Amino acid sequence: MNILVCISNVPDTTSKINFKNNDSEFDSNGVQYIINPNDEFGLTRAIWFQEKNNAEVTVLTVGDQTCEPILRKCLAIGANKAIRIDAVPKDGFFVASQISEICKINKYDLIICGRESIDYNGAMVGGILSNMINCPYVANCIGLSIDNKKATLEREIDGGKEVLSCELPVIIGSQKGLVEETDLIIPNMRGIMQARQKTLEVLPANSIKNLTDTNKFFKPQPKKEVKLVDSEDVNELINLLQNEAKVL
Amino acid sequence: MSVIVYIESEENKIKKASLEAVSYAKKISESLKKDLIAVSLNLTDFSILKNYGVDKLYNISDDKLKVFEVNIYSNNLSNLFNELEPEIIVITSSANSRYLGPILASKIDAAYMSNVASLPISYSPFSVKRSCFTNKAFNETSTKKSTVVLSLSSNSYGLHENKSNLILEEIKGIDSNSALKIDSLEKLTNKVTIADADIVVSGGRGLKGPENWHLIEDLAKVLGAATACSKPVSDMGWRPHSEHVGQTGKPVASNLYIAVGISGAIQHLAGVNSSKVKVVINNDPEAPFFRSADYGIVGDAFEVLPKLIEGLKAIK
Ligand SMILES: Cc1cc2nc3c(=O)[nH]c(=O)nc-3n(C[C@H](O)[C@H](O)[C@H](O)COP(=O)(O)OP(=O)(O)OC[C@H]3O[C@@H](n4cnc5c(N)ncnc54)[C@H](O)[C@@H]3O)c2cc1C
Ligand SMILES: Nc1ncnc2c1ncn2[C@@H]1O[C@H](COP(=O)(O)O)[C@@H](O)[C@H]1O
Repeated sequence: MNILVCISNVPDTTSKINFKNNDSEFDSNGVQYIINPNDEFGLTRAIWFQEKNNAEVTVLTVGDQTCEPILRKCLAIGANKAIRIDAVPKDGFFVASQISEICKINKYDLIICGRESIDYNGAMVGGILSNMINCPYVANCIGLSIDNKKATLEREIDGGKEVLSCELPVIIGSQKGLVEETDLIIPNMRGIMQARQKTLEVLPANSIKNLTDTNKFFKPQPKKEVKLVDSEDVNELINLLQNEAKVL
Repeated sequence: MSVIVYIESEENKIKKASLEAVSYAKKISESLKKDLIAVSLNLTDFSILKNYGVDKLYNISDDKLKVFEVNIYSNNLSNLFNELEPEIIVITSSANSRYLGPILASKIDAAYMSNVASLPISYSPFSVKRSCFTNKAFNETSTKKSTVVLSLSSNSYGLHENKSNLILEEIKGIDSNSALKIDSLEKLTNKVTIADADIVVSGGRGLKGPENWHLIEDLAKVLGAATACSKPVSDMGWRPHSEHVGQTGKPVASNLYIAVGISGAIQHLAGVNSSKVKVVINNDPEAPFFRSADYGIVGDAFEVLPKLIEGLKAIK
């Protein structure tokens, strides 16, 4: 079984978000980058298939050289090899197009994307890729088992879940629930050493035009000071919610 | 050329988020001096759409469309859209819409924009404000494509009534298959879901243990609210994963979010910040959540909650 895990390189969840060059660009100064948490859940599931079913796990990112530490981390976690498509990702369509080219060359049985990236939050790469390579896609995936060539998948829906099945290949949008928080693998020394020997292939990008441009960033308006209500006087809170905020 | 809004319904009931999408699309259609076209699937009661300005409704009826299945839905919709040649298609940001959106856009060769948080800033090129970095910032995104699919953030525009004379056209579904087979669907029908709720009551580690959750549930009950929790609470198994909200959990964009015994870590705030009004109950006056809340009570949840529940019962 061949598994591809698409990895997005994102600012650490605690990062302060700042912009530079007249608010036209994200300011990465002092920002720690991490594997997109939703992708990490997917990678962890992929490693499980590697251990149980001997699957080969390839991680892939579309990004410049600054993404390589994250790919090395994926290798240290256990991925067999890594691919970097050398381009600055411009939008979800652009990323999906680049990934689709790789999927046409190599045959994957399972393609894992995250539910969404926590920087761009497009929640779009998996879906667009699905149409491009004509492969079914299951978003918000919280369960996956594979028996021979058949996949059984669980999708989280509002107030419940749905169980789906299909023949491989399939694309999933991974998220927490697919594996538990405690299943996440922290690379050990041996993993880190081995990662140095593994292949990290750098491929040129295809000349594909992006469909959207992001030219300007804003920060939200600063919040008004909180209105504190005495804990002995909860009726005052009810009054404020009813008559001032008008939400009751 | 037209402006289209996709109406999401469940068991013939139109979702509130879809009425917001209609309100938003109506404003755009007025700016462009175009009719507002709505598309629904298997709907029989559409009278309410007359109150929100829909000029024409295409209702696709087909047994195959009874349950949401992304491929069959997107095939049917893209088939109609290819005929109507829309410029702008507005959808909600429900889990199903966000699943459908990119696939649909790709099928009709349109640009796709999610988390849309404003009316168009300009029409040529087409550009809107979107939230990014899990609500920690916004960006302006533009496209030169002639067709764009927009997924509107919940509660970012509101409901705006607008009377119209609705013309209905019933059409048949197309033959379509999916490689995905739905084996079963488990859904709690008697519970308000986080995505649909106007009010969400959320508990954190400050509640000490699952045995105390009746306080959160009772408060939610008097308010007709959904219940939610912080990440460690679901990690420890006090509450199901489906209640975990925040950056790595479900997003919350309700009218009112009440956080009890939640410190307000940046990852938690990121996912709930787009709620309109936030109330925090925490016994630590230094808890970071107070800095992004609208109203707060510094106090012990075990004392405040029973009083709050009683007080609310008295007014309901
Ligand atoms: C990659 C990553 C992703 C994450 N994603 C999320 C996410 O999506 N959602 C999320 O919630 N977290 C997320 N977290 C975790 C986050 O950093 C915090 O650890 C978490 O939100 C804290 O949960 P809490 O507020 O319930 O607990 P705590 O931080 O322990 O806070 C408990 C609060 O309860 C108060 N309290 C105690 N006793 C009482 C009482 N009797 N009455 C009233 N108040 C009381 C305390 O003063 C304290 O403020 C993420 C972390 C990481 C690293
Ligand atoms: N630059 C990228 N390189 C590789 N995969 C990506 C990239 N950006 C996004 N993805 C994948 O697509 C998923 C959804 O991203 P998005 O559509 O940006 O929310 C992510 O969780 C990743 O799995």
